[in-house]
Amino acid sequence: MMMKKSWKKALTLLVVSSLTALALVGCGSSSSTDNKTTSDTGTKKTDTVSSATLDAIKKRDKLIAGVKFDTNLFGLKDPATGKVNGFDIDIAKALAKDILGDENKIEFKEVTSKTRIPMLDKGDIDVIIATMTINEERKKQVNFSDVYFKAGQSLLVKQGSPIKTVDDLKGKKVLAVKGATSVKNVKEKSPGVEVLEFDNYAEAFTALKSGKGDALTTDNAILMGMSQQDSSYVLTGGLFTDEPYGIASKHGEDEFTKYLNTFLKKINDNGDYAKIYKQWFKEDPKK
Amino acid sequence: MDFAGAFTAANLKYMMQGLGVTLEIAIWSIALSFLFGTLIAILRYARIPVLSQVLMAFVEMIRNLPLLLIIFFTFFAIPEVMNLNLTPIQAAIAALSIFEAAMISEIVRAGLNSIPKGQVEAARSSGLGYVQTLRHIVLPQALRKMVPPLVSQFISLIKDTTLTTVIAIEELLRSAQIVYSQKQDYVFPMLILAALTFFVINYALSLVAGRLERRFQV
Amino acid sequence: MIDFTILTTYQDEYLKGFMTTIEASLLGLVGSFIIGVIIAVFRISSVRPLRWFGTAYVEFLRNIPLLITVFVFYHGLPVLHINLSGFASGTLGLAVYTSAFIAEAIRAGINAVPKGQMEAGRSSGLTYIQTMRYVILPQAIKVVIPPLGNQFINLVKNSSILGVVAGLDLMYFGDTINSETFDVFSTYIFVGLFYLVLTIPLSLFVGYLERRLARAY
Repeated sequence: MMMKKSWKKALTLLVVSSLTALALVGCGSSSSTDNKTTSDTGTKKTDTVSSATLDAIKKRDKLIAGVKFDTNLFGLKDPATGKVNGFDIDIAKALAKDILGDENKIEFKEVTSKTRIPMLDKGDIDVIIATMTINEERKKQVNFSDVYFKAGQSLLVKQGSPIKTVDDLKGKKVLAVKGATSVKNVKEKSPGVEVLEFDNYAEAFTALKSGKGDALTTDNAILMGMSQQDSSYVLTGGLFTDEPYGIASKHGEDEFTKYLNTFLKKINDNGDYAKIYKQWFKEDPKK
Repeated sequence: MDFAGAFTAANLKYMMQGLGVTLEIAIWSIALSFLFGTLIAILRYARIPVLSQVLMAFVEMIRNLPLLLIIFFTFFAIPEVMNLNLTPIQAAIAALSIFEAAMISEIVRAGLNSIPKGQVEAARSSGLGYVQTLRHIVLPQALRKMVPPLVSQFISLIKDTTLTTVIAIEELLRSAQIVYSQKQDYVFPMLILAALTFFVINYALSLVAGRLERRFQV
Repeated sequence: MIDFTILTTYQDEYLKGFMTTIEASLLGLVGSFIIGVIIAVFRISSVRPLRWFGTAYVEFLRNIPLLITVFVFYHGLPVLHINLSGFASGTLGLAVYTSAFIAEAIRAGINAVPKGQMEAGRSSGLTYIQTMRYVILPQAIKVVIPPLGNQFINLVKNSSILGVVAGLDLMYFGDTINSETFDVFSTYIFVGLFYLVLTIPLSLFVGYLERRLARAY
């Protein structure tokens, strides 16, 4: 009797949850096709439609930029002042000045490699200026501006580590960040390497320092920032990929991308870019 | 370990801001999950055909999934599927509220079911309506039994807010992370500080709950 | 539509994660049970310092987030030159955290048996251990089993915390698969289904036990 009852309950449960799942699948399928159609028409219409993103920024009188909060040199939150500082931050401020005439008409929201595309999609942020490498996979999801920073993947190890090149990584543990391109690259360059992925750079660097891996891999520029924070960690292995950074904005908003490219060209020509670059990297930008 | 270096006025102030975010998420989620949890429990108690089964399946599904997964799902997948724009904090509140509402609905349901059916029948036959019976007879008695499990659920919820670090919400633990990523010597002090902050809040809450419980028993 | 090719393409990752989740849950269960029993014994002990230690242990761990406990094991222990992997610190954190709840469940079970029975057992010539073994514990177990079952379900769900410290569990592989497929919806639906495969039968079993034990009274 008891058994019968619980079986009946189990059965109802199974049936109803599979129905719910089916309903969810239904929703998923219909809306994903919706998404596709809208983005298709979006790209077709670009010639006639003015940039919705740009209009929204102007109407709001504020640019909302998705940036890193835990990446020294690019976007690092200073607990003392509550401000975020870095190269990406200054590029974003220059963009705010270009659009709205005031570099302070800007709000920074923290993104990680994992959260940045969804946040852009949802409209939480207008642009991603967050050490984001331009690649084909991502171009299907976002629009990229021209390259505004040239990085390359490298390795960060403790001083005196036997790891000198990417080939020394075989059988070693390498730390990386979820959602970053560096994971795929290092697996390709050094088959047999064990990669451990973390949710953000703060966690990955803390894990390296507490001895959870033999090296940390990501773009050299980010690693330089870490090495600056703790000089007992140094870069090694040279650059084994090209990681051109771009400013990402909503997929299909080609007018806005054009605007961003004009902006980048403008700050390049008037010397603002070189100034920002020199401030953070203590050297002139490479041509 | 460098307690003095970690606990500078600036870092402590930053941690306080993190605590503010933690409390904001926790308070909203407690209110919303209590509201929805009670609603689900009452609807299930009323045994409305189909709706009751759907709610059961929903509650069972949510209760049996890790909260971390629900947070990711709410944050990443829901906006993709539905046309719903949530800020990260709203997504966190939504995820916590959905998960905890499922847990709370079970507590409320157990409380409601603990009231003998005879009382409901007696009240109904003495002329009270269904809602009136619920309002004046069942709920007041059930509430007393529900206080202790509800408070421990709220304590769970407050602890669970730390899981939102994974979607980069600057709550207490993420603030601690940002501070301790500067220097390895700060790791232990910052984790201890975060742990103690949670302990103080939750222990105080459990003491209040204990007092309430004793008062109800009189 | 849910993309089922993700499941086939990444079946190795899903299965590896699934097995790790089971492993962490079982180790966590055994560990938390052993620690939980010891702490429960401390809490009902007549030796004051033990009782204090037991109370402090339970109250402290119950009131701080699991993630912080795990971070202390993962990032904090290296200060003492103890370096644990993500899996080890995740599982250890899980066991320590859950043990506080298990200790409370066991204590509540033992306290549910009227004190008079201990006295009766002792005065009829049984030793303290014998009374515990033959009189108190068999009755306490009925009260203890349902909350223990619920703790185990929580433990399976909470094992997802391993994903945050690179513990190679289901959640972790969910994240890594997601960063390759970009299909958040499908990737996590499958992760969720794998968890439900574990937790739904467990829930039903605990519910069944609960009803059976309730009748046995």
